[in-house]
Amino acid sequence: MSDAGRTTDPTRLTAHGMARELRAGDLSARELAEAHLDLIDRQDGPMHAWLSTDREGALASADAADARFTEARHGRNGDHGADALAALPPLLGIPIALKDLVLQRGRPATAGSRILEGFISPYDAHITERLKDAGAVILGRTNMDEFAMGSSTEHSAWGPTGNPWDLSRVPGGSSGGSAAAVAAFHTPLSIGTDTGGSIRQPAALTGTVGIKPTYGRVSRYGIVAFASSLDQIGPFGRDTRDAALLLAAIAGRDERDSTSAPIPVPDYAAELPEGDDEAAASIRGARLGLPRQYFVKGMEPGVEARVREAVAALEAAGAEVVEVDLPHTDYGLATYYIIAPAEASANLARYDGIRYGRPDRGRDVLGDYLATRGNGFGAEVKRRIMLGTYALSAGYYDAYYVKAQKVRTLIKSDFDRAFDHVDALVAPTSPTVAFPLGARLDDPVAMYLSDACTLPVNMAGLPGISVPCGLSEGLPVGLQFIGKPWDEGRLFQLGRAYEAITANAEWRTLEPPGLAALGSVAAASSRSHP
Amino acid sequence: MATLSRKDVEHVALLSRLGLEDEELARLEGQLNHILDQYAVLSELPTDEIPPTAQTIEVENILREDVVTPGLSVEDALAGAPERSGDYFVVPAIMTEEAR
Amino acid sequence: MSTEETVAPPVAARYEAVIGIEIHVQLRTASKMFCGCSTDVQTAAPNSRTCPVCLGMPGALPVINRQAVRHVIGTGLAIGAQVPDVTRWDRKNYFYPDLPKGYQISQYDLPLASGGSLSFETSSGAATVAIRRAHLEEDTARLIHQVEPGGRRVSLVDFNRSGLPLMEIVTEPVIHDAETARRYAEELRLVLLAIGASEAALEGGQMRVEANVSLRPVGREAFGTRTEVKNMNSFRSVERAIGYEIERQARALDAGEELIQETRGWDDTRGQTYRMRIKEDSDDYRYFPEPDLPPLRVAGAWLEEIRAELPELPAARRERYVRERGLSAYDAAVLVTDRAATQLFEGTLAADPSLPAKKVANWVTGEYLRLRGSVQASSGAAGTGSGDGHAAVDAAGLAGLVRAVEAGDLSGTNAKDVFRRHIETGQPVAAIIEQSGFRQISDEDALETAVGDVIAANPAAVADFAAGKQQAVGFLTGQVMKATRGQANAAVVQRLLRDTLGRVSGEG
Repeated sequence: MSDAGRTTDPTRLTAHGMARELRAGDLSARELAEAHLDLIDRQDGPMHAWLSTDREGALASADAADARFTEARHGRNGDHGADALAALPPLLGIPIALKDLVLQRGRPATAGSRILEGFISPYDAHITERLKDAGAVILGRTNMDEFAMGSSTEHSAWGPTGNPWDLSRVPGGSSGGSAAAVAAFHTPLSIGTDTGGSIRQPAALTGTVGIKPTYGRVSRYGIVAFASSLDQIGPFGRDTRDAALLLAAIAGRDERDSTSAPIPVPDYAAELPEGDDEAAASIRGARLGLPRQYFVKGMEPGVEARVREAVAALEAAGAEVVEVDLPHTDYGLATYYIIAPAEASANLARYDGIRYGRPDRGRDVLGDYLATRGNGFGAEVKRRIMLGTYALSAGYYDAYYVKAQKVRTLIKSDFDRAFDHVDALVAPTSPTVAFPLGARLDDPVAMYLSDACTLPVNMAGLPGISVPCGLSEGLPVGLQFIGKPWDEGRLFQLGRAYEAITANAEWRTLEPPGLAALGSVAAASSRSHP
Repeated sequence: MATLSRKDVEHVALLSRLGLEDEELARLEGQLNHILDQYAVLSELPTDEIPPTAQTIEVENILREDVVTPGLSVEDALAGAPERSGDYFVVPAIMTEEAR
Repeated sequence: MSTEETVAPPVAARYEAVIGIEIHVQLRTASKMFCGCSTDVQTAAPNSRTCPVCLGMPGALPVINRQAVRHVIGTGLAIGAQVPDVTRWDRKNYFYPDLPKGYQISQYDLPLASGGSLSFETSSGAATVAIRRAHLEEDTARLIHQVEPGGRRVSLVDFNRSGLPLMEIVTEPVIHDAETARRYAEELRLVLLAIGASEAALEGGQMRVEANVSLRPVGREAFGTRTEVKNMNSFRSVERAIGYEIERQARALDAGEELIQETRGWDDTRGQTYRMRIKEDSDDYRYFPEPDLPPLRVAGAWLEEIRAELPELPAARRERYVRERGLSAYDAAVLVTDRAATQLFEGTLAADPSLPAKKVANWVTGEYLRLRGSVQASSGAAGTGSGDGHAAVDAAGLAGLVRAVEAGDLSGTNAKDVFRRHIETGQPVAAIIEQSGFRQISDEDALETAVGDVIAANPAAVADFAAGKQQAVGFLTGQVMKATRGQANAAVVQRLLRDTLGRVSGEG
């Protein structure tokens, strides 16, 4: 998206547009924060993207940011004002939302679960520290599937989130609240997590940009764990440059996460071409692989059409696209639904109502455990804990868990082989557009199919980005680029190029139609966390 | 692959410390077996010679120097405790330790 | 059988006990296993040494303490174990209120050290115990059982201990008697102390011994049903508890009872084991590789560095004392068992290499250990037996003392008195000798007068001597010693007395 001059409504700007206006003094961080908070208060009732907002904390951060802008603008230590402004962190004064599993000292974090009702975090996640250091303005916390287990945000203990494109449909999940909030202009940026597609799939279903970085790129310290070997944290934005800005702010080695990689983080946004012509031209000569197996059974024709059109547009702009085989793709779903629940069954064992959270009492210690966990977890979480416990239990460990780990090796080597020939892969993100609320709730296996095109990427630890590529039946479709490890920079380049190539497409001018319905809702009071 | 009986489901629920109602157990029996059916495709793949992948990171030997760093205050540690006695967390008596 | 056999033959003649020992050792580190919390928890206020990691907060992640790994590798090398190229961590899953994450990070199939052994002496000769493995894991929280004012029974949880680094060392089931089990544990403690891996005090809980005990009829190969015995808080308890358990199982088997697999605690006051917990079929720890920690590759260079820094181990030191210093095996064992005694022995000989090692060893194993025990008892200090920091003895002072005795400048009795006062007051040995005027008088001219005076004052004793009663010399010697306040050289006095009395009686 481009920001042609100052619009009347600051919530319609991109984050990089806001950053420019903040530096120019055309906009204050306080104005920006208030505009977003007011919009949330007015509109979020029926959409329910947010679990809580923090007006007081957000305005305090905004005022602190404004003070830094003022100080820089007047020069300091003999610095020229422009240099001092340029040296400020790019996210200073920019509003942001956190998925409700990112810990924030002194704030609740339920991860969408009743079992964490009342929990106030005594510490900041690594990325929360990084965002605070960068001067970002944390507006509040967004809805999600309980413990990030789901593809629709319907498995939140606090009720579902509607898709701004059609409030009767899901925004995807598990980071549905973060995706919906960005799509609805409630915030320019948000944080999600992706274990099997939980950033990319909701990005696709809400028409936003979302990237799952390489495993190890962003520290998991202070992020409520779902499946430790698969979880990654990443940004949502309304364009590629915004997502790039946010990833650069949160990525990098953290000594408190042993799986966080000591690999330098490029300045992703600075490496993106400014002009559309230059960006479109950057695609020339790019070698892209189109995995045959990603046009899965059950894919909607409209989705397939948009994706193939996007691929054709990339080719027309000079990319070389070749079909590639990822032969073990069909085994991905079963493999994922062994490994992720197995890890989750252990990760969720700490929720016992002894040290924090919401306990239920039984007759004795065992009774307390059974009541607390039996009542505190929702149906999907219990299903996955059961699956994972079973897959690890005596007598089944080799048949399920070890077998899945071996197939994981095969899936990973499929990608390794493909990357011998191509720079990146291009594929659909989700086989379908946003589906109606409730449509897949009673059929776990159908729900799991939502992630068929995204979860192999987690199992191989690779980065993947979803960018909007048009509409099908009036609903957004996502295009996925999958990269080599640590090659997020290239994914942003590809996303930016595709944006430039399709800059004049009519669908890019549309705002989600569901917003009209939201606008008419009377002002609600500031939201407080369940 | 295996099929889960109702008794198996109850055993796994106990291992998981999930107190489940009869109706939940019955529903889970059906759903888990349906999901396990999907796992069956994996047995088609010969994997004897394939090493398992537990992690995708290639880092090794991430070690910390033996240095004390600040932790939580006692109040922060206990702030979320559903039940406390002085500066302790409280649980119902664990009988096995006292059966003498 | 014959009627006289109403008394059953001894247990050992009918059953062979099979014992495996599992020892958990708290490693000596400044910070916990996976977080930076202090390990200084013995006297800390409850829950004052915690952080999100060791409290099992959402989002917390472990990072491995290098020093803890080093201690386990050091122990592995000390027991001759193999350290594999790659090790990794596993999650051991079970629910218990002292386990904050609902799993313990441990090592399952790739421990840091595997295979190894310890050799030591027992009352029936040399013994070697094969060690299966040593691995690293984290400790659990402490539970305190309490009855509330209203009568409700609760357990209080203190997470200070949660996450302390633990090494678990497991023997093969190759021990067949209680004494060997005890000696194995004692020897392991010496090794751990020598390499500085742990404080290894059973009383303090830094070393926790568990014994798996089963019996089988002599000559049978298959193992019997085993019980796990714990709560043994001293080495003596280890021996007593295992001895008791062997007898208990034998009685049960004799009575035709079926043993059950269970965990039993040792009650030291009653001298019995009691049932704590029956092992259930549902125990299923669901081990799987810990995804939050990358594997550990122990590079050859690091291994060699650790090997190079290993100190002399107890067995080697005992052997050296016998070979180089000429000590008895017994004295060598006593010295090596006590770190302070070892240091005093070595220090004394270093201060004066000309001293006879055997004499120095006698001083250390005799007077020093005896006096230190009584000093500690009277000062109320806990008798940990580790001998660290208590009753500091100046090795150079002891060297001077032994030298003076050997040269005949100080009587044995007075030397012991000097040593006692040195230990009690901390005053230098030389100053005590000086103040007390304990310098021995061996000069014959100086003693002639005293001998003459005593003979003149004791005509009855002189008459006894003349009548052939040799004991009279002893009495008269005592009188001379008394007159010289103990400073006279008794041997010289006796010789002078005999000479003088011989002349007197010859004249008479």
